[in-house]
Amino acid sequence: MPEQQYEPGTHPDLPPPFAASGPVKWVRENLFSSPTNIALTVLAMFFLYKIIPGMFAWTFTDATFVAADRNECRALNSGACWAFIAQRWELFTYGFYPETERWRVIITFVLFVATVILLLWEKCPGRQYRFIVGALFPMVALWLIVGGSSTEAALMAYAAALVVAYFVYQRFGHNLSARFWFSLLAFVLVAIGVYTLWTAMGWSMLEHVSTDKFGGFMLTLIIGVTGITLSLPLGILLALGRQSNLPIIKYACIGFIEFIRGVPLITLLFVASTMLSYFLPPGTNFDLLLRVLIMVTLFASAYMAEVIRGGLQAVPKGQTEAADAMGLKYGPAMRLIVLPQALKISIPGIVNTFIGLYKDSVLVIVIGLLDPLGIGQASLADTKWQGLSTEVYLFVAIFFFVSCYAMASYSRHLEDKLHTGHKR
Amino acid sequence: MKLSIKYAAAAVALASVAGTAQAGTLEDVKARGELNCVVSTGVAGFAAPDDKGAWSGFDVDFCRAVAAAVLGDGSKVSFVPTTGKTRFTVLNSGEGDILFRNTTETMSRDADLKLTFLPVNYYDGQGFMIPKALGVTSAKDLDGASICIQTGTTTELNLADYFRTNGISYEPVPVETNAEAQTNYLGGRCDVFTTDASGLASTRASFEAPAEHIILPEIISKEPLGGAVRHGDDQWADIGKWVVNALINAEELGITQANVDEMGKAAGDNPSVNRLLGTEGDFGSMIGLDAQWAMRAIQAVGNYGESFDRNIGPSTAIGLERGLNAQWKDGGILYAAPIR
Repeated sequence: MPEQQYEPGTHPDLPPPFAASGPVKWVRENLFSSPTNIALTVLAMFFLYKIIPGMFAWTFTDATFVAADRNECRALNSGACWAFIAQRWELFTYGFYPETERWRVIITFVLFVATVILLLWEKCPGRQYRFIVGALFPMVALWLIVGGSSTEAALMAYAAALVVAYFVYQRFGHNLSARFWFSLLAFVLVAIGVYTLWTAMGWSMLEHVSTDKFGGFMLTLIIGVTGITLSLPLGILLALGRQSNLPIIKYACIGFIEFIRGVPLITLLFVASTMLSYFLPPGTNFDLLLRVLIMVTLFASAYMAEVIRGGLQAVPKGQTEAADAMGLKYGPAMRLIVLPQALKISIPGIVNTFIGLYKDSVLVIVIGLLDPLGIGQASLADTKWQGLSTEVYLFVAIFFFVSCYAMASYSRHLEDKLHTGHKR
Repeated sequence: MKLSIKYAAAAVALASVAGTAQAGTLEDVKARGELNCVVSTGVAGFAAPDDKGAWSGFDVDFCRAVAAAVLGDGSKVSFVPTTGKTRFTVLNSGEGDILFRNTTETMSRDADLKLTFLPVNYYDGQGFMIPKALGVTSAKDLDGASICIQTGTTTELNLADYFRTNGISYEPVPVETNAEAQTNYLGGRCDVFTTDASGLASTRASFEAPAEHIILPEIISKEPLGGAVRHGDDQWADIGKWVVNALINAEELGITQANVDEMGKAAGDNPSVNRLLGTEGDFGSMIGLDAQWAMRAIQAVGNYGESFDRNIGPSTAIGLERGLNAQWKDGGILYAAPIR
């Protein structure tokens, strides 16, 4: 074959040799780079070959998706009985929430997704309202999900009092201090007035749904979201408190953190569910879900405090000293200089705690709240579906994987966005 | 800051939603308009939620009967699911009014845990299930076997006793729920599954190949299963006791869900029926209820036999025979105190 001749400098770029580019190169470098690697690759391939076809057949091709009970599933096909999940989808989602009221949960969920997008996505339109929306959502959610006269009375009283107090603050009083006290007085008076009026009249827009009817994914989300949003600010306060120069604050924070960290979550939940009823005066019936939320939040905030303390210690002392030199007081110095750096460093640890808290919520089954896992176990006792535990556990695992992976992905995105060249 | 105020408001609102006092359980239940009934987190045939989330089962029927007698409506029950470990604390702390959670009556539970047991509604006994392939025909040959056992139950203690008295050893595999035990047993992580014989039968019924498993002939314990209330409220205990007795007596007297309306219209020839259905005498007021209390309970769930057949009887997937739980006239030991 005659050699092709080119003028000097006009030789076109040739593609790299076949074995040094594309998938072939990747495979050679990553899978077959050394005798050990070759052996491991072959072994792994063998196992995958053994496992995957069976798993695929069980999950998809041999599975039953529509059936009335397990025996029908068995008669139709040999694989997974997804009909079980399909039939109980609503139970898994809402728990024992009354059927006629479930639209409220759906609306809350839609609002929740919208709020999360607004808060987390920087390019979201209308982002300037994020603080208002973020502050309003929990109230709206509480109203929608729990409803009932006394909940509405409390929310209405709070909202009305806030508006009136703001108005008073704008109009009355000749100096700042007087304005503050006037508006505080107005707040308290209006709050008590509206609450009393609302409950006395028995007004109610939405029917009250008792929290012991909550269950399934809805319950996991409520525990997870409440715990996550409350444990971060609490954790920051605890971490700052632990580093405080004021001994009372410092030792109170240390005591709290060390006590909560030294006790398993399951113990705290048991205390919340059973012991509290003995301690509280007879006649008080403190809502069980609320007790659980408080315990989960306290538990997570103790861990959060230590994660954030790690971040605080990674910020050089010179930063605080520079802030002092600029004449910044403690509050602004922390808010503007130290915390932004400390929190950025702590992101992986914070998200770690979030994910841990979210998954720990399945422990509520020991105190009789039925999260998806609990619903699954209770469902397995129905004679129609007994014995389908693989399907249930797989289904619940997928739900948790999806939500936890979403959290982890966002945290990586946040790290990338905030990284300022210190990243290794 | 806003966040914390808001949650404080929520706390106040939630805390004020419901209030109970310990003293008069009957008044509390009436004021609440709902009976808080402690059940299990799921035992086939006894208590389990159906596809729509409505609880059903043999224990659940007794909850509904009490609710019907007290509140006039068998659906006014709020079920409190509990595990084997939490059931008594939930009852004693006042979160539950009454417990029907296939619970064995024992002396220590009665006296030490301060419970008052209601009449037995199911006579059970602990048995063993093994795969046929194991080739064992008697529990005495189970030396060295690994055994799946639910923690916090009397079965755990019976098992230890039985193996100790027979001088053989075993390796316990502790599990939390029946479903977990089933998975472990089928997965081969334990050779033997032990629980009450009713539980073994219902579990085996759900297997793909029930014939490959046998239930050994030895029944190693007495397990009188019954409802319970906490100490200190005798009137409430009487209500529970007589609702259970009423359902058992109703079967004996031939009163069913179908004919109870007819029989309760006016006093008939049988004075026992008349007393039970309130057409003669004034027995309801003795326990703080009206004359039709038992009638409503039967309207709600039927008599003992009807509930048994519907939930765990031979025609269901569980397929339990009446056995010991037949009426005393039919060779069983069900012998309810008369209403008079």
